[in-house]
Amino acid sequence: MKNTVIILFFFVAGVLFGIYEFVPEAFSGDDMTTYVLYALLFLVGVGVGANKNTLKILKSASWRILLIPLSVIVGTFLGTLIYSFFDPNLTIRECWAVGAGYGYYSLSSVIIKEIAGETLGVIALLSNIIREILTLVFSPLLARFFGKLAPITAGGATSMDTTLPIITKSIGVEYAAFSVFSGLVLTLLVPFLVPLIL
Amino acid sequence: MVFGIGLLVAGIILGVVIRDYKAIIKVFARLTDASIFLLLFFLGISVGMNEQIISNFQKIGLQSFIITVLATMGSILVSYLVYKIFFKTY
Repeated sequence: MKNTVIILFFFVAGVLFGIYEFVPEAFSGDDMTTYVLYALLFLVGVGVGANKNTLKILKSASWRILLIPLSVIVGTFLGTLIYSFFDPNLTIRECWAVGAGYGYYSLSSVIIKEIAGETLGVIALLSNIIREILTLVFSPLLARFFGKLAPITAGGATSMDTTLPIITKSIGVEYAAFSVFSGLVLTLLVPFLVPLIL
Repeated sequence: MVFGIGLLVAGIILGVVIRDYKAIIKVFARLTDASIFLLLFFLGISVGMNEQIISNFQKIGLQSFIITVLATMGSILVSYLVYKIFFKTY
């Protein structure tokens, strides 16, 4: 809970700084995010390497690890299906396509924009960024109430990079391999699934 | 992202090498926590500075938000079942 509040605070502060251009002119939030992310991936790697249980857990999970990205695909499919019943402005396929970005907003929004136009492209962009933010903010809570897989599946494709540090902080660094695997599978699927659905 | 995964692997190798030096590992863990907060701050700035996001937010923000909450909740609930059935011991 404490972490969720702190994380939300930093994010909201950042948004306000960005909106009111309270940053140096040459400053690029995108670049800085990338640099910090690189540093984080290295740091998380050290934690994973130093942990003696990682390999044991990975071996004992064996084929069941496939169920993690599968949960994301099935769960997202069902969630967006339910949404489509309530929104007359979007077709079922459009809702599925937005969901099938699994948080990978840069790629999915571009693909969707090309196939289905500007508006749905922007919806995909917003929606998938929100998925990433929700995961970053709520991972600690999700781990507590919905088990160790919940932060991973909430993160979708982002669980291999952007949300990996907060996920491992929430569920334990020994489960990092689950998170990277699930994120990687989903990241690779996005460019195939989104055009297929639309 | 290939570079990012490369850094992750490099970190893992360093982690294996220094795994018995508890004090150093602890410093790395602290740095990780601080960097997470920094990441969120910079991500916030990116979002705040993104015209496309800010200018469209009023129009399709709610729509995007609800569809995402449902997509994410769906994933969480399915994975909760999977966790209860297949990952009981974890």
